[in-house]
Amino acid sequence: MSASASPLRQWQLMLPLALFFTVFVLLPLLLLGYISLHNDMELKQAGVAQYFKFFGDEFNLGVLGQTLWLAARTMLLALLLGYPLAYFFTLAPPRWQRVLILIIVLPLLTSAVVRTFAWVVILGRQGIVNSVLLSLAWIESPAKLLYTSSAVTVALAQIEMPLMVLPIINSLSRQDPHLREASLALGAGRWRTLLLVTLPLSLPGLLAGSLLVFAAAASAFVTQTLVGGGQLMYMPYYIYQQAIQSNNYPFAATIAMVLLVAVLVIVTLVNFAGRAVKGVAHA
Amino acid sequence: MLEGRVEQGSARLARASESAGSRLERWSFNLVLGTLAVLAALLLIAPTVVVLITSFTNAFSLRFPPPGYSVRWYLALWNDSPEILAAALTSLEVASMATAASVVLGVAAALALARQSSAWARLLDSIFMSPLMLPTLALGLALLVLFNLAGTGLSTATLVIGHIAITTPYVLRTTIASLTQMDPQLLESARSLGARPLFAFRTVTLPIIAPGIAAGAFIAFMGSFDNVAISLFLSDARSEVLPIRLWHIIEANLDVRAAAASGVLIVLTILLGIVMEKLAGISRHMR
Repeated sequence: MSASASPLRQWQLMLPLALFFTVFVLLPLLLLGYISLHNDMELKQAGVAQYFKFFGDEFNLGVLGQTLWLAARTMLLALLLGYPLAYFFTLAPPRWQRVLILIIVLPLLTSAVVRTFAWVVILGRQGIVNSVLLSLAWIESPAKLLYTSSAVTVALAQIEMPLMVLPIINSLSRQDPHLREASLALGAGRWRTLLLVTLPLSLPGLLAGSLLVFAAAASAFVTQTLVGGGQLMYMPYYIYQQAIQSNNYPFAATIAMVLLVAVLVIVTLVNFAGRAVKGVAHA
Repeated sequence: MLEGRVEQGSARLARASESAGSRLERWSFNLVLGTLAVLAALLLIAPTVVVLITSFTNAFSLRFPPPGYSVRWYLALWNDSPEILAAALTSLEVASMATAASVVLGVAAALALARQSSAWARLLDSIFMSPLMLPTLALGLALLVLFNLAGTGLSTATLVIGHIAITTPYVLRTTIASLTQMDPQLLESARSLGARPLFAFRTVTLPIIAPGIAAGAFIAFMGSFDNVAISLFLSDARSEVLPIRLWHIIEANLDVRAAAASGVLIVLTILLGIVMEKLAGISRHMR
């Protein structure tokens, strides 16, 4: 039959998406880079003044640092809580797994605005945390829980946790269970088995989950603004403020480029480091 | 059989040789990891439950627990909130169009890319998946700049285009996963029996990968319905979407109608999620 025609036809099937991506993802991002390389708001004078402005000001560097630090803390918290959940998921009987997977997946599908709103309700002055603390008489007046960077970290860790748990489950369930059983039977103990057998073998999933959570937390506009409030400034809101409120497109583009490159560089570096560690673990 | 006996034997051996130290070791392990896992599970459920309970309050503020219960905020949402309902309709419309376009673009590209092991195919695959890793706000701003320079202005169409860029990766991923799991011999035998490529696709490939496509479409729909970062830049006054409306309400005055709207969204998501789990097994496709 048409053995020679069919590979050609199949290869052509990606052309619509390739065209769409070129016009509506690659071109705009290049344009963003181009605009960031202009010194004035009318885009007449080309130059790198915006980048000098960004990196020459401690406030801007602080915003960048706070954003990346927030993403890193979120990632660690999501890992600390998410790994044990994924670990017990893979050991649970199938009936429990069906319930657990819905618990893990449904939050991911529920609107991020709704999930963020939940944290505003929980941490507010009349929220559940303050009610409990007041009724236990641990505090005398409602504590300020909202609008702190710890609140943003906890809320984000909860909101992005499914992104961490699902890849780890994937990695753990591909492991040969006999390896763990052999390690236990030979007397390694549970902690040592976890640290020396299970954890290294699940590194690909752990890395994938961590990077997803890191990238998502760094650009989580809604949670950052609603739980963080007006006093905590992170990069996404800074982009929005400069573009929409100040109409300063070149500077907004510069902030966006800095965030984009920072996230990409960190993701790439961690990926490389992860591969190196994995190589050592397998050697 | 033998494996089972070996396992039993090794388990007995482990129990027999268990000293006080190793019992403590096992206890501490189960206690620490178990506590963390339970905490994680509770943390995943609690916010949703809290919002659902709060939405039935009879008070004017978001006190938890509520002083009393009523459905007044659901009635207020239905009767006196035309702007929230209009935003919900816009979101529904945008999400439907973006999902339909994503399915066409994503499934076609998946058919081209699945099972291709060349460096080119892998590069294209990671480029197409990149919007999931990029800060979406940057993409939103970039698209705004593009539409401004092109002089098209903002409309529902520009909003849909922005959403397609971030929803297509989901369809692409789940469809490629389904295609790689499919037995290639099925298609080969259909072809060798004389089925034309399109007929073979319709009668063999499509039914097999349909759950993967459905799962991807569902995730894409929810992703579009929920998106703020793109819509923030690409929607004009006429095409305000629900998450942005809710964001404004929560930021401005914490109206309890936001809790009622959230309650509706949670219930619909859970129902739709369970239906999709039964039909397409979405959870299998989300890992």
